[in-house]
Amino acid sequence: MPTVSMTVNGQPAAGEVEGRTLLVEFLREHLGLTGTHVGCDTSQCGACVVHVDGKSVKSCTLLAVQAVGTEVTTIEGLATNGTLHPVQAAFKEHHGLQCGFCTPGMVMSAVDLLSQNASPSEPEIREWLEGNICRCTGYHNIVKAIDAAAQAMKG
Amino acid sequence: MPDSGTNTGIGASVRRKEDFRFLTGKGKYTDDLNRPGQAHAYFLLSPHARAKINGIDTNAAKQAPGVVDVFTAADLAADGVSGPICGWVVTQKNGEPHKSPAVSALASDRVNYVGEQVAIVVAETLAQAKDAAELIEVNYQPQPALIKMKDALANGAAQLHDDVPGNLCFDWEIGDKAATDAAFKKAHHVTKIDIHNNRLIPNAIEPRAAIGDYDSGMDMMTLYTTSQNPHVARLVLAAFMGLGPENKLRVVAPDVGGGFGSKIYVYRDEIVTLWAAKKLGRPVKWTAERSASFLTDAHGRDHDTHAELAVDKDGTFLGLRVSTLANVGAHNQIFSTATPSYLYGCLLAGQYRTPAVYGEVKTVFTNTAPVDAYRGAGRPEATFVVERLVEKTAKEMGIDRAELRRRNFIPPDQFPYQSPCLVQYDSGDFPHLLDRAMEVIDYAGFSARKQASAERGKLRGIGLSCWIEACGLAPSAVVGFLGGGVGQWESANIKFNPTGSVTLYTGSHSHGQGHETVFAQIISEHLGVPVESVEVVHGDTAVVPFGMGTYGSRSGPVGGGAVYKAAQKIVEKGRKIAAHLLEASVEDIEYAGGTYSVAGTDRTKTMAEIAFAAYVPHNYPLDVLEPGLDETAFFDPMNFTFPSGAYFAEVEVDPDTGVVTVLDMVGIDDVGTVMNPMIVAGQLHGGFAQGIGQALYEQCVYDENGQLLTGSLMDYCMPRADHFPSFRTEETNQPCPHNPLGVKGCGEAGAIGSPVAMLNAVIDAIGVNIDMPATPEKVWRALQSQAQAAE
Ligand code: FES
Ligand code: FES
Repeated sequence: MPTVSMTVNGQPAAGEVEGRTLLVEFLREHLGLTGTHVGCDTSQCGACVVHVDGKSVKSCTLLAVQAVGTEVTTIEGLATNGTLHPVQAAFKEHHGLQCGFCTPGMVMSAVDLLSQNASPSEPEIREWLEGNICRCTGYHNIVKAIDAAAQAMKG
Repeated sequence: MPDSGTNTGIGASVRRKEDFRFLTGKGKYTDDLNRPGQAHAYFLLSPHARAKINGIDTNAAKQAPGVVDVFTAADLAADGVSGPICGWVVTQKNGEPHKSPAVSALASDRVNYVGEQVAIVVAETLAQAKDAAELIEVNYQPQPALIKMKDALANGAAQLHDDVPGNLCFDWEIGDKAATDAAFKKAHHVTKIDIHNNRLIPNAIEPRAAIGDYDSGMDMMTLYTTSQNPHVARLVLAAFMGLGPENKLRVVAPDVGGGFGSKIYVYRDEIVTLWAAKKLGRPVKWTAERSASFLTDAHGRDHDTHAELAVDKDGTFLGLRVSTLANVGAHNQIFSTATPSYLYGCLLAGQYRTPAVYGEVKTVFTNTAPVDAYRGAGRPEATFVVERLVEKTAKEMGIDRAELRRRNFIPPDQFPYQSPCLVQYDSGDFPHLLDRAMEVIDYAGFSARKQASAERGKLRGIGLSCWIEACGLAPSAVVGFLGGGVGQWESANIKFNPTGSVTLYTGSHSHGQGHETVFAQIISEHLGVPVESVEVVHGDTAVVPFGMGTYGSRSGPVGGGAVYKAAQKIVEKGRKIAAHLLEASVEDIEYAGGTYSVAGTDRTKTMAEIAFAAYVPHNYPLDVLEPGLDETAFFDPMNFTFPSGAYFAEVEVDPDTGVVTVLDMVGIDDVGTVMNPMIVAGQLHGGFAQGIGQALYEQCVYDENGQLLTGSLMDYCMPRADHFPSFRTEETNQPCPHNPLGVKGCGEAGAIGSPVAMLNAVIDAIGVNIDMPATPEKVWRALQSQAQAAE
């Protein structure tokens, strides 16, 4: 079995995996980082989005062996010392989550959007979220939260 | 968004207590849990929609690497374990109960839908279990499948179940046939529709999952599962499936990632996973893959309806006649008989004074996945029939859609209003809802907007729905009278801790609705404790003594009512303690906002002081009062609640592509008392998205052989963020008279009123009747055939 090693949330992480092990399985099952969720088996839902070398990636679509040597950030690594990232804080303030299952992927995806585009318009936010499905919120408050986070981060 | 400020009581938009854990990845959903020594389960699913099973050979699979064991129906039957049950006996026209075929825990001698669970493989790893499942040899003898309801009902059709002649689950009626026939005889005009309510797949984003665990020392089984109602699951597993008794079974529903009805039921995979854990003496974990969710989660809707509305020359409704075929899929489940009967037929009068209504429903078994309650359950279907019919009548009579509705509304001074469809509406102000909706959408300005769209080559349409629903299930006596199998109360236990904080145990399960915040607000309002000092505990039968769970928008009215009642008991016990401490008579003690005082004096005791005295009873009336401050209440209201609303949708259609763009969605709702405006709006937004999803995007399709063609998120169109504009919602407040909080419930409203408003808008834009979902292809074809007909 191949051994993989990478940096996850700033810490070195390594483990023996099967060749077919997905990055999300490595994160959830080997590292116990269960904040990253699995909502589908066709790379559609986006519940599994993490950052690999700073870019949002569906971790169900990458083999663990493909992430060797990368810097991975999961939802667990976003807040610093218990202080929510502005995107997390805005989701709370604007009720951008209900059941919370899509939330880690939504938040990680939104953070990447704002790193690429500090002032996205509403249509740009909606279009960016095309790869993240939420069944609870109707997206209304997610869009509002991301817009508010953009304002706050420019602040 | 209203500021919550420092107020944490009822009516404040308190930010959610549960959010921190979800936002930081610390939520604990079933698949996030692991038990020491657990094995992994994988289910072999039927590839055939209808087949005899002549034999199953599991030998090769049992020998495969890592396999712990493989079980089939015979193993479960040997232990007396059976499959899903129906929770509601519907009495048919002929007085007989509906037909409910017995369901085994795994498919035994036949399969009746693609995805039916045939065998469970338990192995050391999930990958090993999946690999081994491929080695199971099932000797299937495929038979022609019955997918369409008409085919299943046809004379001489094959029978899916030996004990269900003609594949008819029930033939049921509601209302007064003779009076309705008489009304039609007097009609000036009769509007007729034939409509299909499209079949949907719930798709909560968290797939279903279960972990079975067995403690042989205690002889105690535990099921961790994705359930909306763990106590009901325990009752059903113990009482009907042979996995009891209740005192030896614990069901835990930890964080649950959305339900929408699909997690009410006790499914085969949960039954078998739990049983396997006991059989093997080690924990067994199973999580559905999304493709399995598509096949095995209960689907929703799927009605074919013919309906007619009789009106006089002024457009006054005289009578309504409805005839519906409803698909129940391969076998019954908990609410699969209640949903297309009482939850549907009781709402056929809508918001109108129509004096005579007659509805009949036939439910049909087919070789498709079971169909059961999905957000709204029966009420979106009823609203769809009524509001399509009313909209079409307005068009045919040349009366404005809003005006026609207004002429027929039940006037606000007529409540309580006895509907011709069994139920008594509690309160409402329908003209006010409509007036406000017309203002917000700028109804008067629509023709100018339509003109502007036309100048850009686009077809603009507006659609309205004025809807009412019955929810807040309760009341037990009525539900029992109509055939429901369980009680419909809810319970709450408020425990004051000695230092003044509170732990609330509720039987209402939260899977997105925000109970941990809203129930804390009720406590804050009535016991004067800030929400930060209230812990809301739910979802574990070992911790919460009783509960009936979350469905039918019942948590606010019924669960919240129980919290209120328990709080009142706390207040009354506290009054006695305060009287003792303040050396006054109980009658002289006044209570407000967490403080007791002696009338006319400045002598007071806070609730925190009372709690301390109750647990450190050094100065306490022990001769007449027990120590402790811990009260339980059950609440079982006297009627359902009746939320209502007026919704407008506005769309633009591109005639070249058939693409429908949603421009506006306005909902004015009467959901009774609004406990947390932020959360109520969120519930409505989610309902809108599901409703618009049904109207424009979502459609479950089986081919003629019963293969699910829409079996993944690539084939089944789930609404995305860029399908919608921002929504506009407002609430009016007509308190419900049947629960102490005045709450009507808001969980289903958005999904009930929006599909038909949206379809009405599309039809208004294109001028052709089409069915949901109004996909670009369907819209484009409708426009083409209209153009051809005009040539
Ligand atoms: S789990 Fe659905 S996209 Fe990765
Ligand atoms: S909050 Fe439940 S799926 Fe998005």
